[in-house]
Amino acid sequence: MRRHGWLRLPFWLTYLFLYAPIVVLVVMSFNRNKSPYTWGGFSLDWYGRLAENDSIRTGLVNTLIVAFGSTVLSTVLGTLLAVGLARHTRSRLLDALSTLPAILPDLVIAIGLLVFYTAIKLTLGLHSVLIAHTVFGMAFVTAVVRARLGGMDTSLEEASRDLGAAPLTTFVKITLPTLAPGIVAGALLAFTLSLDEFVIAFFTAAPSEPTLPIVIYSMVRFGVTPEINALATLLLAVSFTVVIVAQRLTRLTEALR
Amino acid sequence: MTLISIDGVSRRFGEVTALDSVSLDIRQGEFFALLGPSGCGKTTLLRILAGFEQPDTGSVRLDGSDLLAIPAHRRPVNLMFQSYALFPHMSVEKNVAYGLERERLPRAEIRERVAAVLETVGLTAQARRRPHELSGGQRQRVALARAVVKRPRLLLLDEPLSALDKKVRSEMQLELKRLQHEVGITFVVVTHDQEEAMSLADRIAVMNGGRVEQVDAPADLYERPRTPFVAGFIGANNLFTGKVTEKGLEVDGLGVLPAPAGPVEGETAMLAVRPERIRLDPVTEDQGVLRGRVVDVSFYGGVSHVALSLAGHDRNLLAATQGRARVETGAEVVIAWDADDAALVPTEVSGGQPS
Repeated sequence: MRRHGWLRLPFWLTYLFLYAPIVVLVVMSFNRNKSPYTWGGFSLDWYGRLAENDSIRTGLVNTLIVAFGSTVLSTVLGTLLAVGLARHTRSRLLDALSTLPAILPDLVIAIGLLVFYTAIKLTLGLHSVLIAHTVFGMAFVTAVVRARLGGMDTSLEEASRDLGAAPLTTFVKITLPTLAPGIVAGALLAFTLSLDEFVIAFFTAAPSEPTLPIVIYSMVRFGVTPEINALATLLLAVSFTVVIVAQRLTRLTEALR
Repeated sequence: MTLISIDGVSRRFGEVTALDSVSLDIRQGEFFALLGPSGCGKTTLLRILAGFEQPDTGSVRLDGSDLLAIPAHRRPVNLMFQSYALFPHMSVEKNVAYGLERERLPRAEIRERVAAVLETVGLTAQARRRPHELSGGQRQRVALARAVVKRPRLLLLDEPLSALDKKVRSEMQLELKRLQHEVGITFVVVTHDQEEAMSLADRIAVMNGGRVEQVDAPADLYERPRTPFVAGFIGANNLFTGKVTEKGLEVDGLGVLPAPAGPVEGETAMLAVRPERIRLDPVTEDQGVLRGRVVDVSFYGGVSHVALSLAGHDRNLLAATQGRARVETGAEVVIAWDADDAALVPTEVSGGQPS
């Protein structure tokens, strides 16, 4: 094995390629210097400046409203859609259409929604971004829950009926708990996707109520400040936490089976 | 007393006829089996009784009232699934209590009945475990307890022993019979395994191609098959097709074989002779109708199987003797049986004979 050690080089280069930019960003967020190219010692100044920045705070609040709202909506709707598709249709076309928004270019969804909103004379605001994010979030939830349903033993639901449970009781007591890992995974996916979504939000948000990615974009246009680095580092931490929680939850529910 | 009366029930799935005008009576308190090869319609019939399928035509009555009008979750009928279908997110206790909770019984009564049924199936110590922590045999007991605790009028069991290994099987077999005796519920077991059906059931309905071929006690099915399918399906049998004459059954190339008095003379019929009814004698002059040559002798301990080739018959004949066989491979023997030990089956009754 030793002789072929050089074979590992491409492996490490790939990881370097993937993570070097992120490492630089995190390191620079703790840089005392304003210039992003020279190290001036460790400091938490930029994090402090970040907290005082009003536009970033509003952007963050807006983003969280949109992310939570669209996650709740898309989890409920996506789960119901997945169950409906699995139980009541045999159409492969409907199946494919349900998850299409997950694959469609964001630009297509963005323009489509904007045209639609204009047609129904909907004024833009946070609600329009929330609905837009629900469109693709729901597609992801549907896909994940649908996969889980495919592996579900249908005799569980029949057994529930056989033991005297009405259809609604069966759904709540048997179907939902069985699908729970899929639902949780779908919800976390929808949340993280909404959190940093830019294109669709850019098209469907009102200029007065930008989401965080839009705020960042407008700041970056005048050059990257270490403040942005700090913000990106925080976002990174949030994403990491969500991913780890998701994995733990899935493993936990798997272990309970 | 008749508990379930199935009358003229048919069910088609597209081009496939799963059930073709099936009529059956199941008596109160009996252990009944639906037996047949896969695709014979037994599972469809089971699902109709449970309420997961509706027949296209025909009626099913329980105690004289229409069962088909009642949705699955309100029927006094419970099913033990082949896969057991235990709820993975609930403990053994919760699984068993599930059905009683749906009846909105008082908590104290639920606890009492769950404890009692777990005691009966010997799982008191496992009450708090989850299904994945149990062995196959234990899981089956939970499934059984979960269905029995509801005190249904009718308990359906879908291939109850198929998922168990041999040793647990025979244990469970006794357990099922004991339990049925104890609780006094009518059991209907669906199976493709004739040993399972024969050993468990008081009466068996043999099904083939969506039809009921014969309903009888296990011993009667074995000794007096009434259709060619049953003659070939239940146990090992030597089958001959020929024409009924005064002296027996006339078979091309073999002559007249000993057969009981049966159908009208001149008609085509099938003669079924059990291996253990066949006698093998040494060859002497002018004796016996049939001669054969021993092709193979297999010793199974309690019994020996002797395969014989017959001139003029394309299939080998099978004979079984107690203990060690007294013939050797290659020997010429005279084959004989008593006319009354064989069964004569009219061939026009139903279509199909198993290959």
